[in-house]
Amino acid sequence: MKQGQIQQLKNLMQNLQQQDTTDLRDQIVSDIYARTEEIVTQTVMLPENKAQHEFDRRLDNVLTSRWLGYPIMMLMLGTVFYLTIAGANLPSSMLADFFFWIEGYLTTFFLWLGTPAWVHGVLVEGLYRGTAWVVSVMLPPMAIFFPAFAILEDFGYLPRVAFNLDRFFKKAGAHGKQALTMSMGFGCNAAGVIACRIIESPRERTIAIITNNFVPCNGRFPTLITLATLFMGGAIGLAYGSLVATAVVVGLVLVGISVTLSVSWLLSKTMLRGIPSNFTLELPPYRKPQFGRLLIRSVYDRTVFVLKRAVIVAAPAGIATWILANIQVGDASILQHTALFLDPFAQAIGLDGYILMAFILGLPANEIVLPILIMSYLSTGAMTEMSSLVELKNLFLSNGWTWLTALCMMLFSLLHYPCGTTMWTIAKETKSTKWTLVAILLPTSIALSVCFLVAQTVRFFGLV
Amino acid sequence: MSQHSFRDTHAVCTERFAIELPSPDELVIALAGNPNTGKSTVFNALTGMNQHTGNWAGKTVGSAIGRFRHQEHSFTLVDLPGTYSLLSQSADEQVARDFICFANPHATLVVTDATNLERNLNLALQVMEVTDRVVVAVNLMDEAKRKGITIDFVKLQAELGVPVIPMTARSGEGLNELKEMLWKVALGHVTPTPKLTTYSEQVERAVTALLPQVEPLVSGVLRSRWVALRLLDGDESVLQALEQYTLEHPRLFSTGDVVIPS
Repeated sequence: MKQGQIQQLKNLMQNLQQQDTTDLRDQIVSDIYARTEEIVTQTVMLPENKAQHEFDRRLDNVLTSRWLGYPIMMLMLGTVFYLTIAGANLPSSMLADFFFWIEGYLTTFFLWLGTPAWVHGVLVEGLYRGTAWVVSVMLPPMAIFFPAFAILEDFGYLPRVAFNLDRFFKKAGAHGKQALTMSMGFGCNAAGVIACRIIESPRERTIAIITNNFVPCNGRFPTLITLATLFMGGAIGLAYGSLVATAVVVGLVLVGISVTLSVSWLLSKTMLRGIPSNFTLELPPYRKPQFGRLLIRSVYDRTVFVLKRAVIVAAPAGIATWILANIQVGDASILQHTALFLDPFAQAIGLDGYILMAFILGLPANEIVLPILIMSYLSTGAMTEMSSLVELKNLFLSNGWTWLTALCMMLFSLLHYPCGTTMWTIAKETKSTKWTLVAILLPTSIALSVCFLVAQTVRFFGLV
Repeated sequence: MSQHSFRDTHAVCTERFAIELPSPDELVIALAGNPNTGKSTVFNALTGMNQHTGNWAGKTVGSAIGRFRHQEHSFTLVDLPGTYSLLSQSADEQVARDFICFANPHATLVVTDATNLERNLNLALQVMEVTDRVVVAVNLMDEAKRKGITIDFVKLQAELGVPVIPMTARSGEGLNELKEMLWKVALGHVTPTPKLTTYSEQVERAVTALLPQVEPLVSGVLRSRWVALRLLDGDESVLQALEQYTLEHPRLFSTGDVVIPS
């Protein structure tokens, strides 16, 4: 074939595009579907299970109804979070107790060995304590959240959520399938970004990739849940505390989804202009969840996997943080110097220097932001023993935290730049430095502005 | 369609798709199908341990390549990414479409799910628009039986115009029939005559109007009806692919003068 022939074809297509062929395009697709339907009705005999079909249809009418669909969605989501928050408290503090009981023995052991103090510092206070925190703060919520979410998935509810959200994404100029890739982001943003391959048009795929970060992943849920429990649920132990904390987490998720929609809309009106393409979402039949298999699979595939990744990243980060916190330059540690340097800026967005530092050091994985922060406070603060969430709250309070600090940290965690793995995945999927930079800078500037606005407003009205 | 020769297939596969074929006589089969239709099970059943994973040049999409023997012939089976259609522009769909269009496989096997034919046949119909040499495997027959679904295969084959093989890849049922049919189609002992989708009047009129202009431009490379449909579809990626594949390897697609792109 010659270049000229291809050029002629291109001209032909351009001519056609000047006429409005949208009708034809839709017609081509629906004609193929019609032909398939015709063939199938002639050749396939389905068994008589009208009752099941009827039940599915009725259930769909409720779950995807214009009025009831959204409240039910929030209720389902809320229930999962409530179970996670209310259920994780006790095992979390039990695990923490257990790990710090062991730490005592480790310390004794190192004393008995007669190793220098810094060896004990690096290995026990850095590596062990960091890892122990990751495990005790993250394991219980994950062990509840994942199976609960998997049950919703297996039952066939999640496709209905995508169906409900579909029209919003279309209105935002994005693709309906983005509702699905966004849902995957709740598990892991890197996985969500890879899932964007199911979106056909490059324009819509790029929108979905850039905005996937705005839903909290597993790595961030523990942070959100912990802070909500500590600062939003009122005093721990209050009967309604867990409910309030749940409402806060659900609210944050909704904030994330609305930011996703707004940014999608903005991108589709500016850098990524175009018309959203059509797709037909199929609703699979409802199934009875297979509880046993689900439990095993979600524990092995997700919980253990995420935990392993967190530990692998947390262990070296624990060491690094301990070293930064213990090498003295002049009258303070490197960590203190840096935190002090960052502090004025951090204060302006409702955080403090240590929190910002934790986010920077936590770039490899969001799982370790909270542990790094705790370690930084511990190495400078008064607390030596960490036995429960109450102690954790006291640690934060003694470092000058208010509910505003918690709120801003939650917002920053929700909106800030993607973690290292996700960044790398975005670069690989888009094969574009430009879009990777947008995917990093856009969330960062949103996080900074939102936190700044919230902090300044709250302070202006003297609410803290 | 261009007269298909072993030499062409061999050269395109190795040069463009980075698939090494052991000999110029190798029969190349493209394997397409929706996600979750048991396509990999079919692939494994056909190739056994005789497979490895390859990566498409310039694409992030991974793909498995396997081999099997039947009737003294050696086959290379190329597992395309699972897709619902060839119509849109996701990377997966482009890879599948480009291989079927431009690698000149000796046959394309479309795996479908017997319990969900309505969704699966869309892809088969689209593949049939690109190439005649199509075999449709209706997999998961055991599950269909369990669910009480019955399929009239005589009628289905007549409606499609291409060979249809019922099978259960998991247990190996229908595997020999499938190999035999792939062999026959690949060597031209059986010539499928796909019954193409007749579109609604408006579309057919537009296609008819376009054909005289498209025909002389693509004859010998692609089926002009399909190209006309893509032009109406506004699918620019097809033209990009055409440009990429035919200009990079002009001698493989040339219908007359060979033009080397500057």
